Amino acid sequence: MSTSKQTPLYGLHQELGAKETVFGGYLMPLSYPNGSLQEHRHTRARAGLFDISHMGQARIRVAPDAFEKIAAPFTGDIDTLAPGEMVYSLMTNDAGGIHDDVIVSRLPEGDSDGDGFHITVNAGGKETNLAYLTNALKSAGALQEQDDKALLALQGPDAARVMESELGCSLADLFFMQSRWLVWKDVTCLVARCGYTGEDGFEISIPATHAEAFARALLSHDAVEAIGLGARDSLRLEAGLSLYGQDITATTTPIEAGLAFFVSKRRRERKDFPGSDTIIEQLKTHPDRHLVGLLPQDKALLRPHTEILDKNGATIGEVTSGGFGASFGGAVALGYVAHGFEKPESEVFAKIRSREIAARVTRLPFVKHNYYRK
Amino acid sequence: MSERKYTKQHEWISVEGDVGTIGISEHAQDQLGDVVFVELPAVGKKLEANAEMAVVESNKAASDVYAPVSGEVVEVNPQLEDRPELINESAEDKGWLVKLRLSDTSTDSLMSAADYQNFIKNES
Repeated sequence: MSTSKQTPLYGLHQELGAKETVFGGYLMPLSYPNGSLQEHRHTRARAGLFDISHMGQARIRVAPDAFEKIAAPFTGDIDTLAPGEMVYSLMTNDAGGIHDDVIVSRLPEGDSDGDGFHITVNAGGKETNLAYLTNALKSAGALQEQDDKALLALQGPDAARVMESELGCSLADLFFMQSRWLVWKDVTCLVARCGYTGEDGFEISIPATHAEAFARALLSHDAVEAIGLGARDSLRLEAGLSLYGQDITATTTPIEAGLAFFVSKRRRERKDFPGSDTIIEQLKTHPDRHLVGLLPQDKALLRPHTEILDKNGATIGEVTSGGFGASFGGAVALGYVAHGFEKPESEVFAKIRSREIAARVTRLPFVKHNYYRK
Repeated sequence: MSERKYTKQHEWISVEGDVGTIGISEHAQDQLGDVVFVELPAVGKKLEANAEMAVVESNKAASDVYAPVSGEVVEVNPQLEDRPELINESAEDKGWLVKLRLSDTSTDSLMSAADYQNFIKNES
């Protein structure tokens, strides 16, 4: 345990009675005394506060003539983002696999540091990924890790009201996938309207020195409860959002993972991102496997690496994420199935212990997204 | 009712006459987190000691529950189908899993509550 890193909110987690787990090299709250199910339901009903400071944050400073080059390591149109706009994007490897999935924001106007991008990367392999990015950007931009910043997420239908009350401003014109500089008690924060639960909400990048005070201020609202990684996982699963390292990896392509939307039209035409040959070929024909939503037809949870079979008992794939969807009201899972089985309503089977459980392929998400869109 | 006994796999058993009521310990439910499904055996099933008796599933793990002693299933907790959370709320009472008619009512080989507390202290 002593080798695990701690976030700036570690003391607060302990004070709140968190059960801990190690994730991405950090000692993180798995759940609080109310338990993951209640935390899950509370987030969908009111607002949940998540410490996600384990994730990597960095700024990319860009030379004015280098905006086009900045997009090179990503599959999306990073370079054409207007200030305050953000995208979910993928970094791919030469085989077309996913190196990491990231959020890239063009910095909103008004930062004294000037123009550039803010990027959030996954906790696992954070150092490697930031080094990879530094190298991939070459002369186009300089990457500075923001390890003096914490990252908090406030998610749920009451999140906007709570944020407006704390920040003393209206957020009615800050829409899903937009960010803005906002000031909380003289502390400038980068506030992004996004999240990993399917709900409306925010991710707030704040100096580590002020993170605990801000978290306490948010928790002082009746609507807000602290939420652990257990509920974060079940919330994102219900929202049909992939987890890097589980549903998407260095050996799964964006097309296999159902993320073709995040390989932009312009980049497909230019074929200028790592692994573009494989990815474009899969777009033209089809990949051999597809990431799909799965609904077991019996009371049983499907867990990662559970084999998926066809009706003749032949292996056609594997579960990558599974659990109990507390808002959906039953077991839900994500997994890869062979081409031909990806259509909604396809019947497959999952091998659980000594039993074979029928499961149905279904459209994602399992629970409707509630993003605040224009 | 006899003294409640515990196993190293974190089951408890409490014997009355020749029927033993079995569940998972308070410690076990705490380790598992929120229980979402319970798979119980059919009434009439005969189980040897240490045979797989039930499965308790939380988002964290599926946990096998073993028969602490040999016997025949005479009843399973009917409430758990709709309210698996009873295991979290009351692991050692309302959240019981199975009643077994015991072939041998001796539970001398199992741990007392005090021994079990020592056991989990040393285990963690």
